[in-house]
Amino acid sequence: MSWTKKILRVNLTNGEVAEEPLNMDWAAQYIGQRGLGTRYLVEETDPTCDALGADNKLIFATGPLTGTAVSTGGRYSVICKSPLTGAVACSNSGGFFGAELKSAGWDMIIFEGKAGSPVRLHIENEKAEIIPADDLWGKTVWETDKLIHAAVQDPQVRVAAVGRSAEAGCLYSAIINDLHRAAGRSGVGTVMASKNLKAVSVRGTRGVGNIKDPVRFMKSVAEQKQVLAENAVTGQGLPALGTQVLMNVINEVGALPTHNMRDVQFEGANNISGEAMLEARESDGKPNLTTNAACFGCTIACGRISTIDKGHFTVENKPEYWGNSGGLEYEAAWALGAATGVDDLDTLTYANFVCNEDGMDPISFGATVGAAMDLFDLGAITTEDTGGMDLSFGSSEALAWCVEKVAAGEGFGKEIGMGSKKLCEKYGHPGLSMSVKGQEFPAYDPRGIQGMGLTYATSNRGACHLRSYTVASEILGIPEKTDPLETEGKAGLVKAFQDATAAVDSMGLCVFTTFAWSLDNMAPQMDAACDGEWTVERLVEAGERVWNLERDYNMKAGLTGADDNLPARLLKEAAKTGPAEGKVCGLDEMLPEYYSLRGWTPDGQVTRETRQKFSLPA
Amino acid sequence: MQITVKMFATLMEYLPEGAVKNTIQVQVEDRTTPYQVIDQYRVPRSEVHLVLVNGVYVDEKSRDLPMKPNDTLAIWPPVAGG
Repeated sequence: MSWTKKILRVNLTNGEVAEEPLNMDWAAQYIGQRGLGTRYLVEETDPTCDALGADNKLIFATGPLTGTAVSTGGRYSVICKSPLTGAVACSNSGGFFGAELKSAGWDMIIFEGKAGSPVRLHIENEKAEIIPADDLWGKTVWETDKLIHAAVQDPQVRVAAVGRSAEAGCLYSAIINDLHRAAGRSGVGTVMASKNLKAVSVRGTRGVGNIKDPVRFMKSVAEQKQVLAENAVTGQGLPALGTQVLMNVINEVGALPTHNMRDVQFEGANNISGEAMLEARESDGKPNLTTNAACFGCTIACGRISTIDKGHFTVENKPEYWGNSGGLEYEAAWALGAATGVDDLDTLTYANFVCNEDGMDPISFGATVGAAMDLFDLGAITTEDTGGMDLSFGSSEALAWCVEKVAAGEGFGKEIGMGSKKLCEKYGHPGLSMSVKGQEFPAYDPRGIQGMGLTYATSNRGACHLRSYTVASEILGIPEKTDPLETEGKAGLVKAFQDATAAVDSMGLCVFTTFAWSLDNMAPQMDAACDGEWTVERLVEAGERVWNLERDYNMKAGLTGADDNLPARLLKEAAKTGPAEGKVCGLDEMLPEYYSLRGWTPDGQVTRETRQKFSLPA
Repeated sequence: MQITVKMFATLMEYLPEGAVKNTIQVQVEDRTTPYQVIDQYRVPRSEVHLVLVNGVYVDEKSRDLPMKPNDTLAIWPPVAGG
């Protein structure tokens, strides 16, 4: 089993809270979390609905292995229609909230409708209550967390909340749990705020029972934890330097998007790298990195906990930022740094803190600031538009100013909060938005890592690295090395990564396990925990089903194959330096083969045969 | 000839004195290979996973091939991120 087999349905319009059974036929097909949550979204919403209207639903979903002893089994996802892309949104978070929700006895919460005034939901095991939250509206995530803990007087309550940016309508607002873990991308926080839902707090003491074969399960869990411990990446590399170890790697291979993707290498990369986070600062003699940290049940512990120099201009006289908090991960460091040309580690850490404090996706935020700086450089945005702020590339002051303005939803921050697509359209240069389906790129330039071009173009939630992380193969040689500058063979590679990742995301596990584990390592744990027989083949099939379900939702929402595209800058402007010098992304060499491998039409539509193969809903 | 040597992540400890930001420029014999440099600085080959010369991946069987003047050799242990 491992599923609790219970859903909590919360109608925010009429204030009703109800328990209902989980659809176990769907669980057998879509596993849980990402897959199962999307199945419910497809069943219960019109894909053409207004993402910020009452008809959109907001689903918090755990996986069957969430809250169990499997390493990294603490994940949950938030699923809804995205206000940033108009496509399906599915944002995955770690920390402790997901496991707590599962331990309270719930596989999933489905929020529907819209509250008439601000509310929050509080869960204690089987009891769930909607509570007025007028006092929390206008507060940051950090303030909200503190006030809820003060109200319930239980330090073990876990809180997921939205900040002021979401209330102000920033389209890439995140849901932050445990102060600095995020369901980060695609504006799931914006949807939450649109429902007048400020926070969800949960305390669960039931644990996760119903393991199918407890003895075999614990034996398998112990064996696979050993695999993670003995692997050099998951046992040593990630705990020591975190994901930030990639900054110098990706810069060296010439695939670090810089200055809104004008360049593929950043002169200041080393200053904002994982290695730099270990160095003592000249100013106060302390390193940026305080310690690493782990999410629930994780034996990797890649998380970064950092501090800012108290004398730094961003935090002078602001003691609320002087303590330890969630530090820079690679994607955030890239977006806040290389994309904007800012190479000051403390400024980046400050911007990251504020993104956590007020719930913004640092990837979309940083990339949008990069686009704004590009527009400023061209003269399309001026100081008249910004109210006096100089948005030159490389300006720490501009970055810190932007993050404060977006967090508070003030002035020009409203425009940065719309995301790069709307910003660049407004100022007359739509081609300068480095996005797919309206969502900003992460930290890999497809001119230098060709498979990531196809990954971004076909990602069901808009540009995203976590839907098929071919960087592992193309750069890092995991599971085997492929040439990053070649397009041949990448269609199959991307499809394989997409299907496997969809399965991982649906079980409740962290994708970082895949640096040491394949589905061969996960299937025995899943099989020992859950009803039915769970083989590698079944997991791959379920992953492919999830991918097609998401695609089908997007097509019904109005997207087409034409949305599987990249900005002209990546298709026509060649890389200027590094191994990829002279190259553009060869998307057109990969996309037709990809569609064919997917069993889709040449224009990217899911065929009747594919729909039947995976028993997709009508 | 002169080359640039870079060591990252847990291999930083093998960097010689004078290295700045993981980087040092050194004089080596003409036709020196990546493995000769790695051995010279006593970096255990078993700890070296990713080897780049001018940003291009060098597989294990090619790490005995000579480098050119002004090449940049960069090395890492097994690393990953996301």
